[in-house]
Amino acid sequence: MTVFKYGDDVNTDLLFPGRYTYTCAKAEEILPHLLEDLDPAFAGSVKPGDVILAGKNFGCGSSREQPALGLKAAGLQAVVAKSFARIFFRAAINQGLLLVECPEAVEAYREGDEVAVDAARGVVTAGGRSFAFPALPPEILAIRDAGGLLPYARKKLREARG
Amino acid sequence: MGKTFAEKVLAKRAGLSEVVPGQIVTVRPDHLLTHDNTSAIVGKVTEELKAYGLVSADLPVIAIDHVVPAVDEKTALGHAKIRQFVKEYGVQHFFDVGEGVCHQLMVEKGFAQPGRLILGSDSHTCTYGALNAFSAGIDRTEAAVLLLTGETWLKVPETIRVSLKGTFPLGVMGKDLVLGIIGEIGADGANYKAVEFHGDLSALTMDDRLTMANMGVEMGAKLAVFPVDGITRAYLSVHAPGAQYEPVWADDEAVYDRRLGFDLSELEPMVAKPHTVDNVAPICEVAGLPVQQAYLGTCTNGRLSDLQAAAAVLKGRHIAPGVRLLVIPASRSIFQEAITDGTLATLVEAGAMVGPPGCGPCLGAHQGLLAPGERCISASNRNFQGRMGSKDAEVFLGSPLTVAASALKGVLTDPREVI
Repeated sequence: MTVFKYGDDVNTDLLFPGRYTYTCAKAEEILPHLLEDLDPAFAGSVKPGDVILAGKNFGCGSSREQPALGLKAAGLQAVVAKSFARIFFRAAINQGLLLVECPEAVEAYREGDEVAVDAARGVVTAGGRSFAFPALPPEILAIRDAGGLLPYARKKLREARG
Repeated sequence: MGKTFAEKVLAKRAGLSEVVPGQIVTVRPDHLLTHDNTSAIVGKVTEELKAYGLVSADLPVIAIDHVVPAVDEKTALGHAKIRQFVKEYGVQHFFDVGEGVCHQLMVEKGFAQPGRLILGSDSHTCTYGALNAFSAGIDRTEAAVLLLTGETWLKVPETIRVSLKGTFPLGVMGKDLVLGIIGEIGADGANYKAVEFHGDLSALTMDDRLTMANMGVEMGAKLAVFPVDGITRAYLSVHAPGAQYEPVWADDEAVYDRRLGFDLSELEPMVAKPHTVDNVAPICEVAGLPVQQAYLGTCTNGRLSDLQAAAAVLKGRHIAPGVRLLVIPASRSIFQEAITDGTLATLVEAGAMVGPPGCGPCLGAHQGLLAPGERCISASNRNFQGRMGSKDAEVFLGSPLTVAASALKGVLTDPREVI
């Protein structure tokens, strides 16, 4: 497992450049450009189970959802950050991507440390120390746990309207 | 206990007597704004739309504005798919290429009204707070589901109260004020929160307010909202004639997360330096740095008074050699007005080139991108690394006056020196 460590205010332009926003919508189109202007090595090296660790206000800026969609499709285990910008926070829930808001874990991390996230227990481990992170409200958790808003809504629509 | 604007709107929308910050409520917005991303949004739920239909032909407001006219075949195909969707489902509110930037159309065409709840798949949807609407950005997937259900969840935000007083000194505009606020509280200073503007707001024109609400998201805010006053009513009487709207405002005893105060008379022209919007400084700190491009336009500062302010600086003068001044009116209507009153003639005589109404180079897709090592002074809202072309270029954000003054001199310039 690899931990990708970044700083504060990683905006959605750095996560997925605006020049591709209206021509790339599918996961396979998005993946090659993920973090292109921040960490050109990321797209070629990210593997399922990897973790991004970042500072405050991760995902600020544009409402484009390619960052959340792409990171989920890449198999990222979680983004652990000091805080998340609100539209990205919603987008991640809507893609079923796990976000962990835990400034203590980010502070505790040292290069080379293992990071593990136990979503069910709400615990993140970094540098051998474990930290609790706040759970999502149940109605929101239901969306993420359904694999995102589309599968969640499809199921609800089928139940309601057949 | 007193309630904030956001608490009142969300309680009413959720059918509850009251709500508290942190509470999750289910709401049905009055309108859903989507733009060029409509083709991708509709593509997510094509089968479901066939099976269940569009929840309401009155809900969506669609404007093609981000990459207009189409820059390549793929973009053109996206636009064509949007027109097909509009036709097939009888979407009532559609603005094709050339009509203007979606946020300008939302206010200009009367969709934004006091007390309304508007969601949009664009982060600058918060702009309509200038007209006392509760408006916030969402992502594409949520917009897709809204087309089917008309319903989503919102968390009741805490609120920051910003109290204003005084009048702007010469050379200072709403853009300078909002940059000053963002510089003070930071790019995440209002994250997840609502921002309410209180106090003596008589010096703030509707265009100033639109600029300020627009940039609410640059401090992280879910919404940024003004009360209804004579300026609001005058605007609505022109752009939403006959509308029966219900203004909403906070109680005096509402509970706030934080309180801030600004005196407009103490402000000076400000810029946001690369590469974050909260990297704010008075223009005098960076004056003299050469610029190769100056951009006046966007949902932030592409309105008539912005163009007029720049024209007042440039009248009878010419921009410096080696500077490209790009002017993009925010809508067709603004374009027409600026032709009629001579504003565009003044700007073109001064050396400006004028583009078709739309977002222009702001988001980095086309129409004036930057080469490595170039520097742009822009009236837009974001200066992120790589956003407007090369990641080795620099974007400084400033007011229309600062853009014009800097184009005139070829270096970042305090507009007070040339007015």
